[in-house]
Amino acid sequence: MPFDAPLPDFDLAADFWSLRLVEESCDSYTVRKNVALPFATMTDRGVMATVYADGGYGYAATGDTSPAGMRAALDRALGWARATARHAIADSRTLPRPAPRAQYQSPAWSETGMSRRAWYDLLAEESQRAAIDARIVDWEAGVEVRTAVHRLVTSTGGDVVQRYRFLFPNMSVTAHADGDTQTRTLNGYRGLCQQGGADVLDRFGFVGSGRRVAEEALELIVAPNCPSGTMDVLLMPDQMILQIHESIGHPLELDRILGDERNFAGTSFVTPDMFGSYRYGSDLLNVTFDPTRPEELASYAYDDDGTPAEKQYLIRAGILERPLGGAISQARAGLPGVANARADSWNRPPIDRMANLNIEPGDASLASMIESIDDGVLMETNNSWSIDDSRNKFQFGCERGRVIKNGRLGDVVKNPGYRGISASFWRSLRMVGNTDTLRVLGTPYCGKGEPSQIIRVGHASPACVFTDVAVFGGES
Amino acid sequence: MEGYFATLASALDRALRAGERYTATFDAEDTDFVRMNRGKVRQPGSVSQRYLSVRLIGGARHAEHRFSLTGNVATDTAAATTAMTQLRSALPDLTDDPHLLLPTTIASSRTQRGDPLPASEQVVTEVLDAARGDDLVGIYAAGPVYRGFANSEGQRNWHATTTFNLQWSLYQRADKAVKSTYAGLGWDPAAFTQKMDDARVRLSLIARAPKRLAPGKYRAFLTPTAVEEIAGLLCWGGFSGRALATRQSALARMQSGERLDRRVAFFEDTAGGVAPAFQAEGFARPAQVPLVEDGQLVGSLVSPRTAREFGLEANGANGAEMPEALAMGGGDLAAADALGALDTGLLVGNLWYLNYSDRPACRITGMTRFATFWVEGGEIVAPVDVLRFDDTIYRMLGSNLEALTTETELLLSGETYGSRHLMSSRLPGALVKEMAFTL
Repeated sequence: MPFDAPLPDFDLAADFWSLRLVEESCDSYTVRKNVALPFATMTDRGVMATVYADGGYGYAATGDTSPAGMRAALDRALGWARATARHAIADSRTLPRPAPRAQYQSPAWSETGMSRRAWYDLLAEESQRAAIDARIVDWEAGVEVRTAVHRLVTSTGGDVVQRYRFLFPNMSVTAHADGDTQTRTLNGYRGLCQQGGADVLDRFGFVGSGRRVAEEALELIVAPNCPSGTMDVLLMPDQMILQIHESIGHPLELDRILGDERNFAGTSFVTPDMFGSYRYGSDLLNVTFDPTRPEELASYAYDDDGTPAEKQYLIRAGILERPLGGAISQARAGLPGVANARADSWNRPPIDRMANLNIEPGDASLASMIESIDDGVLMETNNSWSIDDSRNKFQFGCERGRVIKNGRLGDVVKNPGYRGISASFWRSLRMVGNTDTLRVLGTPYCGKGEPSQIIRVGHASPACVFTDVAVFGGES
Repeated sequence: MEGYFATLASALDRALRAGERYTATFDAEDTDFVRMNRGKVRQPGSVSQRYLSVRLIGGARHAEHRFSLTGNVATDTAAATTAMTQLRSALPDLTDDPHLLLPTTIASSRTQRGDPLPASEQVVTEVLDAARGDDLVGIYAAGPVYRGFANSEGQRNWHATTTFNLQWSLYQRADKAVKSTYAGLGWDPAAFTQKMDDARVRLSLIARAPKRLAPGKYRAFLTPTAVEEIAGLLCWGGFSGRALATRQSALARMQSGERLDRRVAFFEDTAGGVAPAFQAEGFARPAQVPLVEDGQLVGSLVSPRTAREFGLEANGANGAEMPEALAMGGGDLAAADALGALDTGLLVGNLWYLNYSDRPACRITGMTRFATFWVEGGEIVAPVDVLRFDDTIYRMLGSNLEALTTETELLLSGETYGSRHLMSSRLPGALVKEMAFTL
């Protein structure tokens, strides 16, 4: 009933209220070292009531989606709004009261999907393909098939239902020899993630990946360490997504800029006065918030506060234009923003999140980027990330590197890493790959918030070249 | 709530067919979350959530369904029965699991801690009044948390605790702040006032002009809160029996001779923590599991599955084989003497965003954060702009470890991803001869 039929007519003495219903399910299949792990399935259903009253704001969430459960949640949220109104950071009477009406659904939403047996057969085959050498000590092929239905009903007559289907394939292989251990994955742990059905597997070349990933793990276990020094780096899309995420996405979140996250996820080196004039990167840098790409992980029609989702430039030709801030943050800051108020489930309130945060492709081919580098390293697939709480000083590591000398690709190197400072790093962007180099990836594990939330984020990026970067390798 | 869970377990008992077994875990909470910023309330709310995870075992095949509950007994017992039916239909699609291991004895237990807390609205008013217009940002989380276990053999375990956890920062400017925590079973206004007063003292030191240090090697004293970040990273598979067996643990080289300083000892201290003394398959968790003694790896956390796969002894670990109550033994440096022993160097109050820069070498990178100061002659001179360190555990807690504090501090986790986590750690401060800072 809560997702398909009209809700009861709740009569609440409030300026505005909404009910956000979420139902999510997930089937997990994994074959590890040729042994099928036990089948696991999950179903999660609940509702969050949000109320504006007397200038205050409050929420209450419950797993009881009956009319009585929703009524009780509305009453509790109303109690919070009234009790804390005099301390409220923003007067809720000044906040938007949306009334959206829309439907959204993922590609392949209505697809029947593969059977349990078919999934296990597929994964067993990839697992067997990975077992090619005694030095391979662990390996795993897996997939999560996830569906979600979100419904937002508002006291102003709004009613938005959004239906999602996601696929999260995963392939990882670990090799060990001579005291060293190297793990290779297919585009990172859960880096392969899109909306859609089995078509996602095809786009990522999942079939056959077991052997391919295993061969690269064996390549790494005998490879030398990445060289150290100041040089060019060519970052492939499965590293670029992390670079975008940590040093553009998080610092541009408006709630960070407003200080909400300072006790936990951190603040931002970006300040409100920078929008419209600050040079974030070179002229080649164009960054968009784009919820319209159907297969990308965080495409949707409306955010969880009921704001319509549209493509917006955050950085254009290197100049900072607008932050990642939802309607409430926009009202607090007096800045434009995007539709990115998102909650990871029914039991957490919406906050400013990345959704799909992309780098627009340029015109350089991969070959031309390699040819342009006299001394550098190509790096792919993030496996280590760390950045300061203002999102400035970062250090990232990758699974695999290849030395580039005099415009030619050379040896594979292990433990490639680099460090830099966000405020200057993007200005060293020298080449941006064309659409042939672009991959649509993401992560299901973006964490922030108090209480904390882990949310799905999409990133599409071409390969990119940066100059004069501090590069290093492993310990020994 | 305990009776409600017992009713669900009875429904599972009734739904069982001949030759089948089940295990079930229950996790629930009724939490008030009040988020604050700039000395005001940003988001106040309440979350009531209940989940049941049912594993049905038929022979050596098994499958699990985790689902949310409504709190209505009739609705939820029906859902539990339906889950059993659906799991039964899945078993024919599965293969026998060679690594299935379930307990052969019944070990029921019951723990109930904590009394009702004051109304959260009242506590938050007290906190904001105490901030007196300062730039306070943080969260108050409070209420009961429940964990339960049941199986078809009649084992029943119950763990309920009512706690609060206030984590707040006082900001002086930009990224210069002091972070504090007050958590426990009973709210004591005097204890809170003392912690707020202590925070203000440190905030006055933060107000001084910051010192910007060039990359290099510096002598450092890490407070227990800073050590917690390092220990927390080691929990990412470092002590996992499976990760050690497959050489993926960051401590894998300790299996072949690498060692920490002989004064370093780690152990899983379930008896001294707040986590339940039972795990998802129903095995009891020992009071303590030694992990590192005399600087050498002596044990690991072994889940039932890992035990069966690698021929090890299960020791109460959950599937992730992560410590839930990691403790580190203290040393012989009185905490009050720590600054004097540091003499000149860094007082690191907090570390942040740690990750491995070379996992097999257990080389760790991360940032300083919050109250980190430059100390000269045992006296705090100035706050320090954030620094990145990149160093190995074998140096920081090995060749370069100069002392550990005698006192260890119990740190209750404030983590709230998905639910309020029942984890803790008990750790000393560490004086390190030199630590490598790179940026």
